[in-house]
Amino acid sequence: MDDHGSPVLRALLAAMPNAVLDTHARLGDETAIVDAAKIVEVMRFLRDTPETEFDMLTDVTAVDYLGEQPRFEMVYHLYSVYRNRRLRVKARVPEEPAEIDTLTELWSSANWMEREVWDMYGIRFKGHPDLRRLLLYEEFEGHPLRKDYPKERRQPLVGPRN
Amino acid sequence: MATAPQAPEDDLERDLHTEHQILNMGPSHPATHGTVKFLVELDGETIVDLDVQVGYLHRGFEKECESGSWYQAIPYTDRLAYTSAILCNVGFCMAVEKLLELETPERCQWLRVLSGEIARVSDHLTRCGAAALELQAMTPFLYGIEARELTYDLMELLCGARVTANYIRIGGVKHDMPPGFPEAAREMIPKIRGLITDFGAVVTQNRIFVDRLKGTGVISKKDCIDYAVTGPILRSVGVPYDIRKDQPYLVYDQVDFDVPIGEVGDNYDRYLVVVEEMHQSLRIVEQCLDRLQKTASEPVNVDDPRVRWPAKGRVFNRMEELIQQFKSVTEGPRVPAGEAYFAIEAANGELGFYLVSDGSAVPYKVRCRPPSLINVAPLPIMVRGDMLPDIIPTFDFINMIGGECDR
Repeated sequence: MDDHGSPVLRALLAAMPNAVLDTHARLGDETAIVDAAKIVEVMRFLRDTPETEFDMLTDVTAVDYLGEQPRFEMVYHLYSVYRNRRLRVKARVPEEPAEIDTLTELWSSANWMEREVWDMYGIRFKGHPDLRRLLLYEEFEGHPLRKDYPKERRQPLVGPRN
Repeated sequence: MATAPQAPEDDLERDLHTEHQILNMGPSHPATHGTVKFLVELDGETIVDLDVQVGYLHRGFEKECESGSWYQAIPYTDRLAYTSAILCNVGFCMAVEKLLELETPERCQWLRVLSGEIARVSDHLTRCGAAALELQAMTPFLYGIEARELTYDLMELLCGARVTANYIRIGGVKHDMPPGFPEAAREMIPKIRGLITDFGAVVTQNRIFVDRLKGTGVISKKDCIDYAVTGPILRSVGVPYDIRKDQPYLVYDQVDFDVPIGEVGDNYDRYLVVVEEMHQSLRIVEQCLDRLQKTASEPVNVDDPRVRWPAKGRVFNRMEELIQQFKSVTEGPRVPAGEAYFAIEAANGELGFYLVSDGSAVPYKVRCRPPSLINVAPLPIMVRGDMLPDIIPTFDFINMIGGECDR
């Protein structure tokens, strides 16, 4: 696999050749597509290795590729404050079971962003300490950013909780 | 004669019985600007724990973007951080331009910097003014809001709208600045500066203000990075991370400005950082005006048929341009398949857009990385152990903008 001249991808490929499925650097965004089962391992390496040192998990989101197998794709954006460098890590997640390991033990910022992904896409994060919906309410039915959730769908009315 | 019953000896010796109590604060609370609910666990008046519940302003921004054209998402971005709408416009349009591999003309870039910095000043003024108001100081709030009105007047002159500007376009801006704008801006800037100074004169050394801000809402550098906090909060702990400097976009590498940083990471440091940033932004605005006055009559929109709208005169007289206009209006630009992440320094921190296109005229995925949401997540660790009233200034200087936080 090509490291596209990126020292980060080179270090990752050298250390974990089996975990990385593909790499690209289109539009200048260095990207590694990794095995979802090894996501925590890969992220711990990227955070703790001196050559990479990604101390900030900037963004966590998902994309629903309805009709493809596996259906979902987790997208993580990392940033290294001291090296001023970015990296995107992606992992495919199947529809059944839609789950991936949590990164909350590596970065606290993963907590809320994973809750948002659970809320919007219904992807479960194994080991997450507090996997509640973030933006929507508990009684909400379905996960609205899935491509098979129609925009016009109405939700049942819920009364006051107590 | 009845005698009062005597309490047993050991009852008097016992400690006062206290239990933790849960207090609901919000979602509509007079002392927080923004709809958010706190579930506060209190021991007396000391905060033991806090659960922040967001989402009251969720309008489905990302879902809505997946059903219109790329152009139609721009007005929605205005409604993200509505106190600095232009910065959201810029972030989104530059992410789309990254997918299209477009380079905007230089004059357009200067106009974007100019309008973005005015928006940043108005955002910071809202934050400081509202913070003063919520700490019971009405006068400085009025100074702040008066200065903000001036920035809104400038916005109105520039693009016709005061708050939701909708000024930035994919590949350019709506139009060049109108005649008379630089003069009006040069007249306005000293007034804004004066009002910021007046604001500072009332609060910066004010005993009550200082007591409420110093030592409250402290966050460490390690926690900031762990929680991916950016913007003035990260700078207040001494990390000089500013995307305008670290990954320069537009023409920020050609303007002269400083990045103020704090030391302790408490609310007072955040206040000082924000005030200094306003002065720096006004400095940038002046440099933009100098530059824009020298380079008048240069184009402000990129000449690329994918995003350019043909001139009206040609639309009425030529078939090709008529078709192009029709396609632009009904369909919008087709963006090549791919993905891009582009981040700018918004008033609250890193505002990123992660876009996925499947090659059609409709976005496949629009993800907004909202600095407000991510900055408000560590609120529990910032106020744990503080008193209940300390939530107010801490929350004020996080400056959670509901529209951007909940999208």
